[in-house]
Order: sequence, then C-alpha cells, then structure tokens
Amino acid sequence: MKIPVLRIYTLGYLLFLYCPIVILPIFAFNDSTALAFPLQGFTTQWFHNVWNDAVLAKALKNSLLVAGATAVLSTIFGTLAARANTRYQFKAAAPLMGLIMLPMVLPEIIMAMALLVVLLSVGIPLSLFTIILGHVLVCTPFAVAILTSAFQSLDKSLEEAAYDLGEGPFSTFRLIILPLVMPGIISAMLICFTISLDEFIVANFLGSGEPLLSTFIYGQLRSPKNVPNIMALGTILVGVSVILLALAEFFRRRGLARTGVKDSGGFL
Amino acid sequence: MTSDKPTMIEFQDVQKYYGDYHALRGISATIQAGEFFSLLGPSGCGKTTLLRTIAGFEGISSGVVLIDGKDVAAVPPNQRPTNMVFQSYAIFPHLTVAQNVGFGLRKDPRSAADKARAVDEALAMVGLSGYGGRAANALSGGQRQRVALARALILKPKVLLLDEPLSALDKKLRENMQVELIRLQRQVGITFILVTHDQEEALVMSDRIAVMFEGQIAQLDSPERLYRLPKTRAVANFIGTMNFLSANILSEAAGLVEVDVQGFGRLQLDAQKQVTGSPSANGATIGFRPETATLLFDGQQPSDRETMATVEEVVYYGDMTYYDVLLDGTSAPVRLSMRNVFGRPVLDIGTRTRVGWSPGALVLFR
Repeated sequence: MKIPVLRIYTLGYLLFLYCPIVILPIFAFNDSTALAFPLQGFTTQWFHNVWNDAVLAKALKNSLLVAGATAVLSTIFGTLAARANTRYQFKAAAPLMGLIMLPMVLPEIIMAMALLVVLLSVGIPLSLFTIILGHVLVCTPFAVAILTSAFQSLDKSLEEAAYDLGEGPFSTFRLIILPLVMPGIISAMLICFTISLDEFIVANFLGSGEPLLSTFIYGQLRSPKNVPNIMALGTILVGVSVILLALAEFFRRRGLARTGVKDSGGFL
Repeated sequence: MTSDKPTMIEFQDVQKYYGDYHALRGISATIQAGEFFSLLGPSGCGKTTLLRTIAGFEGISSGVVLIDGKDVAAVPPNQRPTNMVFQSYAIFPHLTVAQNVGFGLRKDPRSAADKARAVDEALAMVGLSGYGGRAANALSGGQRQRVALARALILKPKVLLLDEPLSALDKKLRENMQVELIRLQRQVGITFILVTHDQEEALVMSDRIAVMFEGQIAQLDSPERLYRLPKTRAVANFIGTMNFLSANILSEAAGLVEVDVQGFGRLQLDAQKQVTGSPSANGATIGFRPETATLLFDGQQPSDRETMATVEEVVYYGDMTYYDVLLDGTSAPVRLSMRNVFGRPVLDIGTRTRVGWSPGALVLFR
C-alpha cells in the first residue's frame, strides 16, 4: 500500500500550527485554574475577570491608541513610498526600497535595542510615543508591500486619461488614484493595526512601564492563578485578529476586482 | 484632396531621444483640420510616441509642435485642445458610464441638468443610449471603446487622438468599429489622428496616412497613392504585398523610361506615373501587386502581354486563391491573387500556365 506521505505531512503541520490556538478557547471556558485535562466544567468566570480588570482596561486603551496611531502613520508612509516606487523611475529606487523593507527581516530585538540606545542617548524619554515610533518602523514595510501591489495594478493610462480630460495632478490623485487604491489603504491599515496590537519586543524595550496588551499578558503569565484569565483574553484577541485580517483581505480583493486585474496572491 | 483646408497640426523637425535611443528622427509634417489622419508603422517605429507628443504626454528633445498655429511646448496635457482614446480605453472602473463620459465636464460652468443632457447626447452619438447608469466595469470591450470615444468627444476637442483603439477587439467588431469611426468623424468634423499597425485599417479609414519606420516618416500620402506608388520597397511591403523583379534602366527620354525587366523583357514606362524613389547604386527594381497580373485559363486571351510560368504554391482562401508562380526567366516566385469566380478551377502545384500582365501596372523603384 502506498503511504500518503504528503497528506500526513500536511496534516501534521496544520495540527502543530493550530492545536495551541484551539487549546486557548477550550481552557478559557474551563472551570479550573489548572491547564490540564480532563476539563472541569463550563464557566465564563475568566471572561468576567478580564472584563473587570482595571489594569487590563488601561493596557487595552494604550494598545488601541498605539495600534491606531501606528496604522495611520505606517499607511501614510507606505502610500508615499509605494507611489514613488511605482510611478517614478529613479536610480536610487531599488536600494531605497530595500532599506525601507529591511525591518521586515531584521531581528526585531536588534532593532528594539538599537532604538533604545539611540532614544536614550538623544534624551527622548520612553513613552507610548516611542513605542509608536518603533511600531511604525516594523509595520511600514508591510504597508509598502500591500500598497505597492495596489499601485502596480493601477493602469497608468487611467491617470493620463484624467489629465487629458482637464484635471491637474492633485485632483487626479483625489478623483482617480485614491478611490482605486483605497481598498489597499484600508487593508494596509488593518494589517498594521493587527501587527502593532500583539507586538511584544518593541513594546517591552521602548515602553515606560505603561501597560500594553502584550506586556500585560507577559506579566500575568508569571502567576499561575492568572493563567485562565490570559486564556480568555487570548481567545478574544485571536477572534479580533481573525476578523481584522479577514476584513483586510476582503478590501484587498475588492481593490483587485475594481481595477480589474487578476489576483496574484496576497497575505491570506 | 484636402490641401485647401487650414492646418491643424504641424511638426517641424521633431526629435525625441530616450537616453541614447533616438525615437523620433526629424519628423516634419502637417495635418489638416477635419482630416482623418493615420500614423501607420510596425511596433517601435515611433508612431505612438509621436501621438503622445500631440497629447502632451511626451516632451520633445528639439523641434516644434504646433496645434492650431500655437506652439504647445509649454502647454500641459490638461490644457491642450486634444483628447485621447487610449489603447486600454482607460475607463475609470469605479465610476458609472455617465460619470465616465461626464468626467471632463467637472469644471464646465453649465448647470447639472445641461451637463446630464450633454452626456446623454454623447452616449447617443456612440450608440449607448440608456447605458449611463451602468457600472463601467460591467461593459464589454466594444462598449468600453464607445464610452472612451464619448468621453473624449464630449469636450469637443479640436483633435481626437486614437491610440490603436481597435487592436483589442475581435475581427468582426473591429470592422464594425472602423465604419463607425468613419461615420463619427464625418458627423463631428474634427481632426482624427489614428495610430495603428494594421495597414488595412489605415487604408480603410484614412484621408491620408503617414507610414513610419524607425522614427521617420517614410511616406505621407493618400491611401490610394500609397498603395499604387509606394516610394520605397519597405513601404510597398508594409502596405499589402508587392512582387519584385530586378530590372536595368536602358534609357530615359521624353517622359519615358526604357527598362529591361527579368522575365518580362524590354518595356517603356511613364516617368511621371510609374517611377518612384531616388536613384541608387543598387540598381532598379520592378514591383507589381498580386492582383494586377492574372493567370490565364484555357483559351483566355491576355488583355495585354503574357508570359509562361509554373505554379509553385497554392493557398486557398475561399473567396480568393493565392498562387506563387515562377515566371520563366526568373529565379524567385511571385505571388498572384485570383478571385474564385464561378466555374474557375483551382490549379495544382506544378501546373504550367500562362500569366497575363500589363506594363501600365508596374512600378519602377530606382
């Protein structure tokens, strides 16, 4: 009999990838502080705890602020870089784009440390703002990647047609280019928001001690009695992340449909 | 035929470089108002570049482009009295058909109702009445083409520029649109400038054609003159098919040129009507079109001269048959086209046959 090697490999891979995430909601509703089978009964106690935790509320507020600001800034920078990269041809384009995309592959901990050293030596006090700076650095490459594909799928003659019909560069951008790349912009914002929301290393290094979701979760894990709360919080975060990514993909695909090009693959 | 009309576009020694690449090599030509003018040539000959210098999308390296008597060097595309139909149509996909057609009216001071009426009229002109509310995305290729036309014509430009507008359509639709474009041009009466690589399209539609090779205009003439008396063998080959036979010029006198033509023998040609090109050291060539000579079937008498030949290749097209025949006394076959009228046989390869021809249909390339 032939052994279906590839199927077993695929199955094993998916199990390894998703088992931990499936475990999360199981223990989030389990009526015991110990993460062990057999399950002890159903409870929503941990979700109540999460809901009523003042520090967590503060961490959530901070995280939303940081993620929101990061998403907006990264997307603005990403739009500018992607537009320059697709519209104009200049010698420095390739090396410049390489430098912009580099943080995607650089070890984050190296970047975080280097940033910390620079910020301290310049004398900028650590705060949510410094975390935002770090996150923008991490997220901008993703925004550039998404938006470059959005700008590339735009037929250049659309722009020329708008000029030809009497519009200037700014009204052309506003009336033609922006609406057509808007799905890409929304998609980029959602992805950046998601990345920033669960980013830990930069948040840990560049934070002033103000709690963020990721650093809060890390701190809670030290005490075993808090672990079920984290399970509940983790369940919520996974749910929100999936929804945001699905929305991002929805907008990306809608953008492709609008400009009428073939889907060449995206993040999802 | 249009020489009495005022000049709309004038090129004066237009040169264009892309880095080291010399895209336009001294273009000088005039296009008259109300003319249907075509720029015809193979890809890379500079025809699209030349069109885009009129629209203002390409600057020029030197020379002058005049539109309606005005040097447009400093005029950006959005202020030129030209509108363009793009090869990809460039229909704005996020707008409706009516919004697309009315796009250029945004700064028009007329009332919204007047503009809506103008859009309706433009749509009616291209046969798309009632399509205004549709999403531009949902249109077929032919419909997009019409929207692009309406969108350009609604601004009543002095010149309409068409960049290979029919190349994306299938054959039937293309032929319909050719007729439609001619009708539109007569109706609105403005100058149409068409870029195409399709010689048949250019012949069918144009008042005059500029044939371009390698950044230069090789010949600018009416379709009929281009076809009948091409200036060079390259032009002759690009516009339809032409057969060539080597020839020696024996004497020139009193408007007559006496030549000795391979396979055809000694002939006298009219220096005015049948001789073209400038004298060259390479020797002369005689050219004739496939339909100007004929196979003579059993008993058929030649209208003028006849020569014996052998059939080397037969290509059957339904209404036509193309024969490659080797004329006695020549080394390379020539192509003849025969209409398949009722009762006429299709000859087999290897058949000996008589070929009827007339000295008056020959062209001498010096």
